[in-house]
Amino acid sequence: MAIGDMLIYLPIAEVSVNAFLLLGLGGMVGVLSGMFGVGGGFLMTPLLFFIGIPPAVAVATEANQIVASSFSGVLAHLRRKTVDLKMGTVLLVGGLIGAALGVVIFNYLKAMGQVDLLVRLSYVVFLGIVGGLMFIESLRALRKTRAAGGASVSERRKHTWVHNLPFKMKFRVSGLYISVIPPLLVGVFVGILSAIMGVGGGFIMVPAMIYLLGMPTKVVVGTSLFQIIFVTAFTTLLHATTNFTVDIVLAVLLLVGGVIGAQIGTRIGTRMKAEQLRILLAALVLVVCGKLALDLLLTPSEIYSLGTAGGH
Amino acid sequence: MLRWLVLFMVLALPLRAEQVVLGLSRDEVAITATFDGSDILIFGAIKREEPIPEDSNLEVIIALAGPSEPITVRRKDRVAGIWVNVDAVEVDEAPSFYAVLSSAPMETALRQVEDLRHDITIPRAIRSVGAPMNVTDAEAFTEALIRIRAGAGLYQVLENAVDLEEDTLFRGQVTLPANLTEGPYRTRIFLTRDGNVVDIYETSIAVNKVGLERWLYELSRNQPLIYGLMSLAIAIAAGWGASAAFRLLQR
Repeated sequence: MAIGDMLIYLPIAEVSVNAFLLLGLGGMVGVLSGMFGVGGGFLMTPLLFFIGIPPAVAVATEANQIVASSFSGVLAHLRRKTVDLKMGTVLLVGGLIGAALGVVIFNYLKAMGQVDLLVRLSYVVFLGIVGGLMFIESLRALRKTRAAGGASVSERRKHTWVHNLPFKMKFRVSGLYISVIPPLLVGVFVGILSAIMGVGGGFIMVPAMIYLLGMPTKVVVGTSLFQIIFVTAFTTLLHATTNFTVDIVLAVLLLVGGVIGAQIGTRIGTRMKAEQLRILLAALVLVVCGKLALDLLLTPSEIYSLGTAGGH
Repeated sequence: MLRWLVLFMVLALPLRAEQVVLGLSRDEVAITATFDGSDILIFGAIKREEPIPEDSNLEVIIALAGPSEPITVRRKDRVAGIWVNVDAVEVDEAPSFYAVLSSAPMETALRQVEDLRHDITIPRAIRSVGAPMNVTDAEAFTEALIRIRAGAGLYQVLENAVDLEEDTLFRGQVTLPANLTEGPYRTRIFLTRDGNVVDIYETSIAVNKVGLERWLYELSRNQPLIYGLMSLAIAIAAGWGASAAFRLLQR
């Protein structure tokens, strides 16, 4: 057997895939996540669809992979004390509720034969919004730096509706005294996304923490990773026990490629300008989103599909 | 050598007028981590005490069927601009794998009456009881099932793929794809004269995951919580190990 076609049989997905393709995919997404400092789940899951992994397996396995790839990150942040444990716990409680809800929705739609649609549609919507916003923002930033000087607009802390809600709590590390309802809701929302899309949800949580909750940037990444690692672990266990769709062989192959790729990516990332990186990432997100959207919109070559029976 | 062995077996057995004696290149298929499909050679001889009848046409049909399972066939339709699964038909029994090999085109090798009796061709191997009220073209769903599985190499119709020599020795080869379902694969050999079945031989080939593949699969079904926890532990260890190894290499 030639090295180039080293097929490996995935025991849970029940398909044969080239092992180097998986390592390569893991590596590629790893490079990107290292370059841009994102988790990469939102890129990996759709790529797994494209190479023929069943969506249910892709989502569950990706959740498993995110736990592992975030692990060293969380440890580093805990050591540097850039985790707001109290805020993290509130987000986590919400996240666990959300993940449970998400898996219930997932399994319900799976029984109805609509889970592929749910996953793909969620991806199109979120990748479209996030990619679009990022693209516009980074274009604006590029233009600003080109307009010389680049006088940074200082941001005022506004007193919004968030500060008028009950059940206020003191979050010392973040220096906040706010209601627990917004972080709880953010957690629930991210938990649902984690269960349905197989993502950590950092791309939603980080902006929400900065703009909605007003947390200081220095604790945002560590705190979100802290929440993500527990929520995705919980999601993995829920999928493993209700759907039997976690493929450990697939996860390990993606992971090994991913970790090595991330190290290379971090190095490339430090040599590039932040605005350039952002616009590249935005373009990439939009391309993946466009491909998924086309699959939903164009007449498929085969309008019939097979599923296991007995879901009603 | 093999032929002599088969002939020897032919002479050693008691019999009907014409009878199938069979050999298999393997009677089990092991799905390992590097499994990428497998070939099975099915060979045998026709045993008879009288001279070969000259007045009728002898043919051999081989049917290999994987374990049957119920399947839901869904059809997409455009709803608000996007393609959504709309109609569904439950097929009660569909083999996960099915190959029919014959020594002549199927219409000469087998009469339709005999197909109805023994369920040999692919459409006959699929059992569909009824479609829901809103679906009027249930056959289209069964046809789609056959088309999709045929496209994946799971359903194969191989006419003229059985070599029949001197009306006595026959052999055929089935290529099993990589995405196989576990279980016993029912293997039937039909001997036909002018399309009428004169003898049937039935055996079974075991297809099983083995080693690590089997262990992981069984654990994920029987002890899903332990499997889930183990997956997390392994993934964390692998991720940590890989990054530690990379850091070590950097120094």
